[in-house]
Amino acid sequence: MPYRFLEDVATADIAFEASGETLEELFIASALATTNVMIRDLQQIEKRERREIKVEAEEMDLLLFNFLQEIIFYKDAEQLLFTEYDVKINEKDTPLGLIAEVYGEKLNMSKHDLIVDVKAVTLHQFEIKKIESGWKATVILDI
Amino acid sequence: MPILEGIKKISDTIWEIPASFKEGMRVPARIYATEELMKEMDQEVLTQITNVATLPGIINYAYCMPDGHQGYGFPIGGVAAMDAKTGVISPGGIGFDINCGMRLVLTNLTYAEVKPHIKELVNALFQRVPAGVGSTGFLKISKQQFREVIAQGARWCVKEGYGWEEDLERIEENGCIGGADPSKVSEKAVDRGYNQIGTLGSGNHYLEIQVAKPEFIFDKELAHVFGITIPDQVVIMFHCGSRGFGHQVATDYLQVFLKVMDKKYGIKILDRELACAPFNSPEGQDYFAAMKGGINMSFANRQVILHRIREVFENVFHKDAKKLGMHMVYDVAHNTAKLEKYEIGGEVKELIVHRKGATRAFGPKMEGLPEIYRDVGQPVIIGGSMETGSYLLVGVKSGIQTFFSTAHGSGRTMSRTKARRVFEGRRLLRDMEDRGIYVRTTSFSGLAEEAGPAYKDIDAVITATDKAGLSKRVVKLIPIGNVKG
Repeated sequence: MPYRFLEDVATADIAFEASGETLEELFIASALATTNVMIRDLQQIEKRERREIKVEAEEMDLLLFNFLQEIIFYKDAEQLLFTEYDVKINEKDTPLGLIAEVYGEKLNMSKHDLIVDVKAVTLHQFEIKKIESGWKATVILDI
Repeated sequence: MPILEGIKKISDTIWEIPASFKEGMRVPARIYATEELMKEMDQEVLTQITNVATLPGIINYAYCMPDGHQGYGFPIGGVAAMDAKTGVISPGGIGFDINCGMRLVLTNLTYAEVKPHIKELVNALFQRVPAGVGSTGFLKISKQQFREVIAQGARWCVKEGYGWEEDLERIEENGCIGGADPSKVSEKAVDRGYNQIGTLGSGNHYLEIQVAKPEFIFDKELAHVFGITIPDQVVIMFHCGSRGFGHQVATDYLQVFLKVMDKKYGIKILDRELACAPFNSPEGQDYFAAMKGGINMSFANRQVILHRIREVFENVFHKDAKKLGMHMVYDVAHNTAKLEKYEIGGEVKELIVHRKGATRAFGPKMEGLPEIYRDVGQPVIIGGSMETGSYLLVGVKSGIQTFFSTAHGSGRTMSRTKARRVFEGRRLLRDMEDRGIYVRTTSFSGLAEEAGPAYKDIDAVITATDKAGLSKRVVKLIPIGNVKG
């Protein structure tokens, strides 16, 4: 799996590390990790609804911050969780841009094994790093 | 963490980290803890509380309460008072869950009377007070009405029939903080929150039925003033906040502050989660007005939940909630920033007091206390883990040392990720039931995360709090039923 939850980084919150060969893969892995904090099995989410997410930011890490924040927004505003993310990042423009097509469905307590609500993405120790095999991100989510 | 060289022991419960510890510290930091708790505290608390000490306008010390543990920006249990004229306001010093807090409600029932009905009660509460990921409430209101709610707080609810007039005086700010401005909150924040009034949320949020056993009443007279008068009296405690609305307000302004902090105001910080703006700036004031909307939303949320709890007890016991003595003791917040006046160097100054995972604890006779508690001080409600019990305390005069701030919970010591691996939700539920605590949860993994051993010893935290003179313990409350968010 392109992400793993970290046991010793945050206590009251949940920390994860995600990676990808490309920025797009990194963003998708981070989105899946964020969703996986809320639902035990991502396979339980069917692709019944489609939404388009567009975000901008001056810096790449804040672009990821804004993207993850959108996922949390849909969880509250429309009770939607997504399982598939098709992400395109425009690195050349200023500000940086992201367009994503995301697929998922409405939360259903009798169908979905829900775990815990994510309140927000924090900027504490938040970073995106270029590594040999691509990109790595560290994220702490407020629970 | 080992108690590092350079940390000065001021008393048995106060540890000081001098301003020379880190470049940029404007004041020393003080951690309130017994030696035992201090050794248990994670290293990150030290880093975070000394980061807080670098914020512009901070007065006296950056404080960490005995339940302190690592958070983001501020540690949880962090308190910082900034000069309102020269200092900053920081969402990281309040938390994403704006005005998250505790409410304690009385009954005139005894444990013996409630015990046969405990499953029925908890099951009904589980039905009537939605909890868990993305849950929505029964209140169907328009976005426009929601904007009224964030301006009016619990007052709106009582006006609409969700509660009693007397409830209002038993809430900080009488259930409605002045100056909340709906025009300063984003459409997104409204979208996230307008269907969530009356919901618990998840994580460490809960609704608990508890018993005040005679052996755990530490101050009989004060317990009486707070309405705990019969042996084995049953009370209800719950913990929740401003839900998605508050989370979005904090997220929105975190980004606003990041943009202007350095470029416009030349403020440099050590952790982006400490993003801030001068309190006396357009951005600072906008956030303050929006954040107050979060305060009112959480008062409204807890008010509607109280209404539902009363309905459940009425249905189960076939008696009116008033006849069941279901008066609220008090509603306290532990994620806020408030303007308060203090004498600093012989001059009365207005301070913006940040309390993140810390409870306001006003001493006797202080302005802002309801008449019924004016002589004794503010009730302080500290929730422990769901397995170990919670406490009712009272604010004391000596609380001035921390700008009348005290602990808010037991404080986590084990990460959620680890707790999920170490404990098994279903087994924990059965074990708790064997020990006389009936639990309903939306998530077994979520339940495992909240296991008692993932937290500090609540008794040790309260002992430190009491000994340090931050607040005085009155009653320990033992759980018998729990709805886990």
